[in-house]
Amino acid sequence: MIHFESVTKTYPNQSRPALESVDLDVEKGEFVFLVGPSGSGKSTFLRLILREERPTDGRIYVAGRDLARLTTWKVPQLRRRIGCVFQDFRLLPGKNVYQNVAFALEVIGKPRRFIRKVVPEVIDLVGLEGKGDRMPDELSGGEQQRVAMARAFVNRPMILLADEPTGNIDPATSIGIMKVLDRINRTGTTVMMATHDAAIVDSMRKRVIELEYGKVVRDQSRGVYGQAY
Amino acid sequence: MRAQFIFGEVWVGLRRNLTMTVALIVVVAISLSLLGTGLLVVKQVNHTRSLWQSKVELSIFLCDNNPLSTQCTKSGPATNVQTAQIQATLKKLPQVVSVTYKTQAENLAQFRKEFAYDPIFVNSVQPGDIPASFQVKLRNAQADAGPVTAAVTGMAGVDSVGNDSTILTNFYRLLDGARNAVIVVAIILIVAAILLVANTIRLSAFNRRRETAIMRLVGASNFYVQLPFLVEGMIAGLFGWLVAVGLLVGAKAGLDGFQSYFPFRAQLSVSDLVEVVLVTMVLGLLLCGGTSFLTLRRFLRV
Repeated sequence: MIHFESVTKTYPNQSRPALESVDLDVEKGEFVFLVGPSGSGKSTFLRLILREERPTDGRIYVAGRDLARLTTWKVPQLRRRIGCVFQDFRLLPGKNVYQNVAFALEVIGKPRRFIRKVVPEVIDLVGLEGKGDRMPDELSGGEQQRVAMARAFVNRPMILLADEPTGNIDPATSIGIMKVLDRINRTGTTVMMATHDAAIVDSMRKRVIELEYGKVVRDQSRGVYGQAY
Repeated sequence: MRAQFIFGEVWVGLRRNLTMTVALIVVVAISLSLLGTGLLVVKQVNHTRSLWQSKVELSIFLCDNNPLSTQCTKSGPATNVQTAQIQATLKKLPQVVSVTYKTQAENLAQFRKEFAYDPIFVNSVQPGDIPASFQVKLRNAQADAGPVTAAVTGMAGVDSVGNDSTILTNFYRLLDGARNAVIVVAIILIVAAILLVANTIRLSAFNRRRETAIMRLVGASNFYVQLPFLVEGMIAGLFGWLVAVGLLVGAKAGLDGFQSYFPFRAQLSVSDLVEVVLVTMVLGLLLCGGTSFLTLRRFLRV
């Protein structure tokens, strides 16, 4: 599903690469934690998958496509197969829960009947039954993140990228968020989550990839957060 | 669905920076109407020129009982022999297309007809005030007037030579000057309009950066992300054009009114106006659409 071949990314005006010859394989349906200190290259990793950045060297394949060969006007096609969740939710403050989720389908030109059918299903899936007409500022942080997950998942992407989704949320609420991510993963969606949250990583017992100074220093199939290596 | 979504976005965009939108409409309206006026004046000048050019003649007035020149005072009215000689000289000149002899009575009748709208002027001219003449059509009204005038001036029986095109030349110069001034101002305003369109679209893109960021993230195509902004610019341009149409109709009425000062009316037709209006519409849409498109390419890249 995601395949990195000795990928190096160096940003302009920086001597040290953000990622250095990373080789990696993530299979369909996997749940992967991406851990490591700030500046270790987690965000660069996710941005490369979304093709918001291009690698300086090496090859990246996502959902069977060679990103180097992907023309600019086909990038949106790639992004429709990838859902994204962020630490700061990124909801539209002027739209209610239903409209925020529906927006993701409207802008890719889905028919209205389809939207009316699918959006309530996804709102239920993330555990926000009956809250479709609430505005974002009426919701708690955890609920807002659920809306963001509904929006990321509503188009049934093959891959869900989550960049510290529990970063702004207290530990008790985070458990709920992780349950939703797990539920999404069980539908066959590959989930890749960058996080600092040791408790969550330890409790989930999923594959852990650790980055440090742009290099993969650990890749364990049923890992924990801070294990010595 | 798609259309409804796009127009919803456009409406939000136009409403959120209303002041910029209004400024844009005003500037587009003024620059388009000035440019259109310039085009109308160009048409008017060409129209007038071709209409008048066919009527421009050299008038060789013959000596009569109350002549202008001292030569005629000395020699008296032109004799039949002198008249025949002048006609023969004129016909031999290569620049001359045709020579027509007009008697005093014919010239008076034509004068009365052309100035019929001014009875006081007509009544002040008595029979015998206007001399007989040769009306000479030239191959080239501008270039040939000099040599032909030189050839007959001083011949016995010739009182004076009148050239219609000297009057017209000054008039054309005035019209050309007015046209150039209008077009220069229009071009300056079009540059201003382009900058305003670019700025409005930038502001609009900035106002909606959250929406566009999410659109890009969920895989909306470039077309979908940019179309609302493009339509926004075009709609502002279209409103500006509508205002300009009103101003252009006024400008044509002004040009028509101007014509009443001249004996030969050369009014522009409605189809001339429609043509100019269509040209300004295409130009306005290109201006707004093109500028929006280029601005978006810089500020809304995937």
